[in-house]
Amino acid sequence: MNSETNILPISELQKIALRLRRDIVQMIYTAGSGHPGGSLSSVEILTTLYFRILRHNPADPYWPDRDRFILSKGHVAPVLYATLAENGYFPVQELQTSRKLGSRLQGHTEHSLPGVEMSAGSLGQGLSFGIGCALAARLAKKDYRTYVLMGDGECEEGQVWEASMAAPHFKLDNLVAIVDKNGLQIDGFTKDIMNSEPLSEKFRAFGWHVIDVDGHDFQQLIEAFEHARTVKRQPVAIIAKTIKGKGVSFMENNVDFHGKAPNAGQFELAMKELS
Amino acid sequence: MAGKASLREAYGKTLVELGRQNPDIVVLDGDLSKSTMTLFFAKEFPDRFFDCGIAEQNLMGIAAGLACCGKIPFASTFAVFAPGRCFDQIRVSIAQSHHNVKIVTTHGGLTVGEDGASHQAIEDLSLITSMPGMTVVVPSDAVETAQVVKTAAATKGPFYIRLSRMEWPIVNDETYQFKLGKAAQLRQGKQATIIAMGLMVSNALEAADKLKLDGIDCRVLNMATLKPIDEAAIVQAARDTGAIVTAEEHLEHGGLGGAVAEVLAKTVPTPMQFVGVNDVYGQSGKPMELLEKYGLTAKDIEQATRRVISRKSL
Repeated sequence: MNSETNILPISELQKIALRLRRDIVQMIYTAGSGHPGGSLSSVEILTTLYFRILRHNPADPYWPDRDRFILSKGHVAPVLYATLAENGYFPVQELQTSRKLGSRLQGHTEHSLPGVEMSAGSLGQGLSFGIGCALAARLAKKDYRTYVLMGDGECEEGQVWEASMAAPHFKLDNLVAIVDKNGLQIDGFTKDIMNSEPLSEKFRAFGWHVIDVDGHDFQQLIEAFEHARTVKRQPVAIIAKTIKGKGVSFMENNVDFHGKAPNAGQFELAMKELS
Repeated sequence: MAGKASLREAYGKTLVELGRQNPDIVVLDGDLSKSTMTLFFAKEFPDRFFDCGIAEQNLMGIAAGLACCGKIPFASTFAVFAPGRCFDQIRVSIAQSHHNVKIVTTHGGLTVGEDGASHQAIEDLSLITSMPGMTVVVPSDAVETAQVVKTAAATKGPFYIRLSRMEWPIVNDETYQFKLGKAAQLRQGKQATIIAMGLMVSNALEAADKLKLDGIDCRVLNMATLKPIDEAAIVQAARDTGAIVTAEEHLEHGGLGGAVAEVLAKTVPTPMQFVGVNDVYGQSGKPMELLEKYGLTAKDIEQATRRVISRKSL
């Protein structure tokens, strides 16, 4: 939980981000499968949210007044699991059970795990779910806020644009969409497979207040989320330019590591780079 | 029978009643509130009504989010659009988390009439019953509809309720009490059992009355709850009468007939006849003409019953 008196400095956030990257690589290596690329590109976004922005309490994951973080791109479960464990939602050791039979840490996020707001895995569904949370907050006259993380490849799903039309229509200024724009999808570069750009202009045209940031720059992310709180009668879209596989040289911008685990040699090399 | 009444109007009015009792009831529609009759609720509770426009995928996702935050959303559109237009949203956003969303669709089956095949839901129940944990109910008349909607609001978990466009004969009197997961026996009988749901219940009663004139004595069960189905009533009917006819305004497979056959195959294998749509899409026409064309009249149920009884001795 965050309070005004205990704000982690960016130098501390950077240390946390490094630990999360190590956890992500370790988790996927142990499981023998998973999605490192999009997990690594989202690390600064989740670190900023969970250690500087979100009102939440790991000891009380169902606290009705908590801010909601909806991971729409459910395949990057490792970054959410690592972040939740780092916060104390469950023991860090449990990360190594991910993707194994009987584990609470399913291959794609499931709502049954405390701290996970939504079951996901089929892309494009999170923003609609987030609108539901934001409308519920308004009806209950509560001030919790809803944050939804999507990918730029995910924005090829039609439902994203149904939801993008609805959120400004309902004037949801308690809703923030974040697009982790890493530019890659399974079959190649997003610009070559199905160009979702220009994303910022699209969201703006749909009625969103759009903020463009470097998705690995803590200062820019913090400022964007803090500015988002001041926007009235309009939802905010933060378009975060990122590097897929960020932090591990041979995974960066490499489409092969969208959904593949490193082998033993690659694992060793990755952990060395992340030390 | 005590005249006809509209099932969807009963739905709309019941929603208003529920809305007055429980501030957590919210309603979503996809630009069809005048047809689904959610407009009654929209007028009285504009802040708790969300018209999502022509976007059913988004509609179901919003409903899931509202449910996750403690609301009781009723999400309405036509039966062809849910689950047809948003199957995956219901599957992943609602059913896999067992969220408390009540999907209530109208205009189910062939009796939509002149709008034609694209608007006649005949496979919706097959799709929706495929989802683990989904409760599926098809009321037979306006009286039952009101009770089913109240039951859904009071029962945790995902619900699918399918209603029709037509006004339809009332088959349940004011003493009727809908029990979730329990068949209601409307006629006693020993020679065969007609198991029906939705609008086919009144046709089944008409068939049973005709057969009675010929000295054929049939049990009639209203199987309003399609899932979880009342296995005990099906087994009892098979043991007592030895012949089963199912009647539904849906494809023969994947709906009531299929579900009853599954129960019987595992328990008391029994001769069956299926009254339903036989693997074809519908077309434009008057509702009654369509029921006749596709074999869903009281006469078709009567003939199926004679046929199944003749097979008992084989």
